[in-house]
Amino acid sequence: MAKITLSKLRHSYYPNPAAPEDYALKQIDLDWQDGGAYALLGPSGCGKSTLLNIISGLLSPSEGRVLFDDRDVTRLPPDQRNIAQVFQFPVIYDTMTVYNNLAFPLRNRGVAEAKVDERVREIAAMLEVSDMLNHRAAGLSPDKKQKISMGRGLVRDDVNVVMFDEPLTVIDPHLKWKLRSKLKELHHRVRATMIYVTHDQTEALTFADQVVVMQDGEIVQIGTPVELFERPEHIFVGHFIGSPGMNVLPCDVKDGQAFIDGRNIPLEGPVRDGVAARAEIGVRPEFVSLAATGLAGTVRKVSDIGRHSVVETMVGQNRIAAIIEGETPGQGDTVHLQFRQDQTRLYSGGWLATSSRGAVT
Amino acid sequence: MKTQNQKAWLFVLPVLLLVAFNAIIPIMTVVNYSVQETFGNNVFFWEGLGWFEQILRSERFHAALGRQFLFTALVLVIEVPLGIAIALAMPRSGFWVPVCLVTMALPMLIPWNVVGAMWNIFTLPDIGLLGYFLNHTLGITYDMTQNPVAAWVTIITMDVWHWTSLVVLLSYAGLVSIPDAYYQAAKIDGASNWSVFRYIQLPKMKNVLTIAILLRFMDSFNIYTEPFVLTGGGPGNSTTLLSIDLVKIALGQFDLGPAAAMSLIYFAITLLVSWLFYTLMTKDDAR
Repeated sequence: MAKITLSKLRHSYYPNPAAPEDYALKQIDLDWQDGGAYALLGPSGCGKSTLLNIISGLLSPSEGRVLFDDRDVTRLPPDQRNIAQVFQFPVIYDTMTVYNNLAFPLRNRGVAEAKVDERVREIAAMLEVSDMLNHRAAGLSPDKKQKISMGRGLVRDDVNVVMFDEPLTVIDPHLKWKLRSKLKELHHRVRATMIYVTHDQTEALTFADQVVVMQDGEIVQIGTPVELFERPEHIFVGHFIGSPGMNVLPCDVKDGQAFIDGRNIPLEGPVRDGVAARAEIGVRPEFVSLAATGLAGTVRKVSDIGRHSVVETMVGQNRIAAIIEGETPGQGDTVHLQFRQDQTRLYSGGWLATSSRGAVT
Repeated sequence: MKTQNQKAWLFVLPVLLLVAFNAIIPIMTVVNYSVQETFGNNVFFWEGLGWFEQILRSERFHAALGRQFLFTALVLVIEVPLGIAIALAMPRSGFWVPVCLVTMALPMLIPWNVVGAMWNIFTLPDIGLLGYFLNHTLGITYDMTQNPVAAWVTIITMDVWHWTSLVVLLSYAGLVSIPDAYYQAAKIDGASNWSVFRYIQLPKMKNVLTIAILLRFMDSFNIYTEPFVLTGGGPGNSTTLLSIDLVKIALGQFDLGPAAAMSLIYFAITLLVSWLFYTLMTKDDAR
């Protein structure tokens, strides 16, 4: 068990990187607290697997250091870091039984056979695979195989961190939910640091206490699922999390006030200094409502998604989605939109540029 | 009942014809000869299983069969581990992959009688590169036309040179199909190189190795051209393998009946061993 510190980490797959876009990881400074449940969330190609492989030691970073409890492990190979990793596709040793698969990491480290037996049975019970310990692992279904892979990661009781690299990709949808809750439960029982890499926001938000959102090799925000949802630090986070994502509307900024087509839009709080004349307003569809007055728009599409409806309107060239409960307008109707003030924010250059009233900044 | 499309038969027909003319009809001719005695002029006398009995009791056949099994066993024992070792040592990516693959494939592209002739000249004691070097530079007496051991060493070396590549290429194909995640997981699990070979690489190579061993068994068990060109079965009878002996009986002595019976026994042994081996190797997969 250890706290993991990433310090000034940069990585490039090119031998002589020059421009920033040559870097798969631009600059990462991050602490992972001992025993935390983290998710690393981002679209494909954002560098999250690269980051994971650097922590596990499968990849050596171009620059920067990896510390486990202040011990520099940057150049150590994976087997000396005492970590575990579960891969996208289940990796099992085909010719071995389930029991031997689970025992493999322990036996390789010369653990006494009595202790091996105890741990294997304990983990098997946790994963509910006790009845198949003597089966050959090759014949199992993908979700069971993935459980065995997880088990191989958890069987050592001294692992510093268990990492999951999109582990549910090949699992049937109805089993995904089960495995995910199993994972959550396992985290509570073994209390190891866990890092879960995914591009699926549902997986990230249900599993993690802290979510790290990445884009283009950079961390854009770290926070609890609620923080990410309610106060995205960057337009990307607003877009990426939520369904539909945050509305982003170009606006003019004058004297610390935001205007769309000349109409003043009240913001959550004061705008920070040095914001350009052109910026963007961000507001989640959950906080857009229909009213008698406000921005005028034309309804383009109404989708009923169960408990509520998503109303898409066009305001000038901009599309604004609103989540509405109850009665909805018809297609082509003209409506007026109101934004809830404490949830309406200004973004400049992509980054949050307002502070909420009453917040200490 | 559902009507089925019968058109498939039409597509199978050419293959059926081809197999009939290059396999079934010749074999049936051999069966015909094996149970009759002929003195030419298309006059035949019924012989029953007499030729089979004669062949199975013949010491000459036993000796040739023994040499044949020894040859095949030596070839397999050398080529399979060597092939796997070379495949493991080959690069998995980069510039050298095509270079290695083409170099490996070269020996297999050479016609068999040319291989025999090449090695024949190569090992001649007075003018051959290897033969001259061994005899005159190192002072080792080496003459495969005089010494049975030298003859055996030469045909085995020749076959290893000619066919190890097949094992290499098939094993390599098995190796490159293993996803990186397996190696990464093994690293994290703290597996030794031997464990990686034993539990990841070997199981993943099992299917292609089965095919490789099967092909090498059949080819080496039926080998004719190369040793015929190289040693002609000599010195004495020391490298007279089954196929060489068979041709001697059939075309040298014109004993068509015994030769036919011997071919069928030969064929049955090849088929039986191949079938046994394949069944044993694939037994686990069926479960």
